[in-house]
Amino acid sequence: MKIIFKLAAVAAAFGLAPAAALAAAAPAPAAAPAPAPAATAPDPAASEAVPAAANAAAPAPAALPRTAPTAGIGQPDGRLGLQEQVSPIGQEAAWFHNVILMPLITVISAFVLLLLGWVMFRYRRGRNPVPSRNTHNTTLEVVWTLVPVLILVVIAVPSIRLLAHQYDPPRADITIKAIGNQWFWEYEYPDHGFTVTSRILTDAQAAERREPRQLSADNRMVVPVGATVKMIVTSNDVIHAWGVPAFWTKIDAVPGRLNETWFRADRTGVFYGVCYELCGAQHGYMPIAVEVVTPERFRAWVAAQPGGHMPGAEAAAAPAPAAAPAGGNVIAGAETPATTNQSATR
Amino acid sequence: MTDTTANAVHFEAATAHDAHHDADHKPGFFVRWFMSTNHKDIGTLYLIFAVVSGIIGGAISGLMRAELAEPGIQYLGAWANSIHALVGAKPAEFNEALHLWNVLISAHGLIMVFFMVMPAMIGGFGNWFVPLMIGAPDMAFPRMNNISFWLLPPAFLLLLGSQFVPGGTGLGAGVGWTVYAPLSTSGSPGPSVDMAIFALHLAGASSILGAVNFITTIFNMRAPGMTLHKMPLFVWSILVTAFLLLLALPVLAGAITMLLTDRNFSTHFFDARGGGDPVLYQHLFWFFGHPEVYIMILPGFGMVSQVIATFSRKPVFGYLGMAYAMVAIGVIGFVVWAHHMFTVGMDVNTKMYFTAATMVIAVPTGIKIFSWIATMWGGSLTFETPMLWAIGFIFMFTIGGVTGVVLANAGVDRSLQETYYVVAHFHYVLSLGAVFSLFAGWYYWFGKMWGKQYNEILGKLHFWFFFIGVNILFFPMHFLGMDGQQRRSPDYADAFAAGNYYATIGYMVMAVGMVFFFVNVFWSLFAGRKAADNPWGEGATTLEWTLSSPPPYHQFETLPKVD
Repeated sequence: MKIIFKLAAVAAAFGLAPAAALAAAAPAPAAAPAPAPAATAPDPAASEAVPAAANAAAPAPAALPRTAPTAGIGQPDGRLGLQEQVSPIGQEAAWFHNVILMPLITVISAFVLLLLGWVMFRYRRGRNPVPSRNTHNTTLEVVWTLVPVLILVVIAVPSIRLLAHQYDPPRADITIKAIGNQWFWEYEYPDHGFTVTSRILTDAQAAERREPRQLSADNRMVVPVGATVKMIVTSNDVIHAWGVPAFWTKIDAVPGRLNETWFRADRTGVFYGVCYELCGAQHGYMPIAVEVVTPERFRAWVAAQPGGHMPGAEAAAAPAPAAAPAGGNVIAGAETPATTNQSATR
Repeated sequence: MTDTTANAVHFEAATAHDAHHDADHKPGFFVRWFMSTNHKDIGTLYLIFAVVSGIIGGAISGLMRAELAEPGIQYLGAWANSIHALVGAKPAEFNEALHLWNVLISAHGLIMVFFMVMPAMIGGFGNWFVPLMIGAPDMAFPRMNNISFWLLPPAFLLLLGSQFVPGGTGLGAGVGWTVYAPLSTSGSPGPSVDMAIFALHLAGASSILGAVNFITTIFNMRAPGMTLHKMPLFVWSILVTAFLLLLALPVLAGAITMLLTDRNFSTHFFDARGGGDPVLYQHLFWFFGHPEVYIMILPGFGMVSQVIATFSRKPVFGYLGMAYAMVAIGVIGFVVWAHHMFTVGMDVNTKMYFTAATMVIAVPTGIKIFSWIATMWGGSLTFETPMLWAIGFIFMFTIGGVTGVVLANAGVDRSLQETYYVVAHFHYVLSLGAVFSLFAGWYYWFGKMWGKQYNEILGKLHFWFFFIGVNILFFPMHFLGMDGQQRRSPDYADAFAAGNYYATIGYMVMAVGMVFFFVNVFWSLFAGRKAADNPWGEGATTLEWTLSSPPPYHQFETLPKVD
């Protein structure tokens, strides 16, 4: 543990060098949303908000207090396993990995190790000077062909089921188009009328905001908790990949293609990911930060974006009264028909 | 298969087998080493080339581990500056320093795959021992054999040279060993990527010529009585590998040629703006790339089979099963490629197919693992250095294999794709699999090749340091990957510091092991005791042990008869 702390301290010191350079290379995150009307009812459940005083020094103070990440949730913490999963797919996958696969591969590896150890001990020359000439045993050969087949069948059932579930999304509550660029992400909210540009925080900024270095972005992608989020992912230049480990989601951003995936985050908080496809020099410097908030807070956040409006509000202005959803669930109106090939095949 | 060499014995006038042919009509130095047509000399050239490449590729991984030892960027800037100073460019900017990282990972991958493992396994040990093991005087096409080798040095020089010319953001080709478009096309202007592609073209041509040579040799030049089903498993492994090379490399050649035309002649094979598709490149690349990973491991399977049988003093258990398991792996290896691309946006049925097909490979691989253990079962085992490497291979390859089964599940791979879990997986099968088998073969045949026996103590020290080092190096990467660390980035979140620190320590331990290796090589070559014709005793039953150590310059002037 000591080593970790020491390394962290050294890292903080070293980290300043690239931070300075990055600050020069990347435009300061001043493109933050313009100050908006006072936030309506900052929800206490939506994690501890960073105190306004701490936020005041930030380059672009937003109207809404920035949600602070929770330790051990939505970010790596050096654990010896998968990150805590907050989506149903992630929980199913983590179960499959932790309950089926890991024990299985551990047992198989241990079995092979024990066998090797046993033959090395039992059949060493000192103990077994005369080798046998036995080179065939049909029963044995059939067994070690069929048993692996059976094991694989056992694996295949939950594996294929998991895969099917990943491609069987519920109706989308909200659609976001993530666009990869060298080297930042843009999040288009087509039903809400605005785009968020998301760039890495310099080390100094991250330290100031008490957010994890290398993972934090100036403007986060914000989604409501419990909503099915349809991600349309593409790129403007080379291939990137949009992935958040805690949601068990990852899909390549391929220029000229619209890839689709989805996730549903069942708890509020800040969740971090990175670009997962080599995309040039700053491949490691285009993090993904997703803030999962209560629906009320999401509404306030949308209202704070330039041009931001809830799909319901837009519909209310339209002549057709039936299109206006009931005031209760504000995010219900955001469904869009599934159009990409992945959804069509299910 | 008719044995066409059955009557070759009649062409030989001399019948007395003279073990001291060594002195007979060896050409002078230049002709012998630069215009060689002797399979053993060409094998030696390949091995020397692979060792040199391995030193360079291994040193690059040392640079990478140094930079990754701690979070933040420590050395890249200084390294980039020195390269810039070398070519007379301005001091490197931050992005150029980061680009150097991508150059390093690309160079490490390409060098280790194309210029270390493949030349050592196929060109080196394959050239040396396939003719010896099948009782042939030489390869079928000796001059083509020479061309195969001499295509490699210029290829390697092109690749090394590409580090010093512009490749987009900075100097060198920073596109990964996979050279994905459009990063490698519109994303990387400058001559560097072109040079790297030409390097791959040359290395690929070299391998195709070698593959033709091996297939012809193995099919047509076996000694009388050596039927296909009596061939040593190493020869089987090279035969299967040669077919994989022959079928896979032309696809790579086509794909990278399309990259070249996309880059230089405005074609749009991989550019969506012109109706092309970047994902097409990945399909073509991995149609080559997946057989390629078997190309790198199958000869290792063969060598490990020879070593295990020798030091168990028993014939290989389930010979036919072992041979056809390799054939099965080779065949299935061609129909699983898209498991490298589970996140590109394939449809769900395709992913289900590739999940299932990939898992099937575990079956023949399991047969091999268990057959090796069954070969040892009932044997009379001794643990000379080659045996240690072979046993280490079996266990390390098992670990790499089971994590491969985890990754085969597209639903799981969705989160593990492009993380350090994948890095751990493929280093367990390559750095701890292929490389272990290379060292097993190296020590196994050291006396046979050079006539001097290696030093057992140094060999064992090499094994233990290397074994412990690479495990400390790569095992923590599994956990880093599960926790989400991305591949191919010089910096990472502070939470990953511990695992990366241990990995760098592991590298240092491994490097100490390599010191023993080099000391052993030089000490043994200059001061080692003379190797017996067959130092391993009753277990070494293949034909090369019937010859002197080193073998005569031209062996089997009278073809041996195999019962």
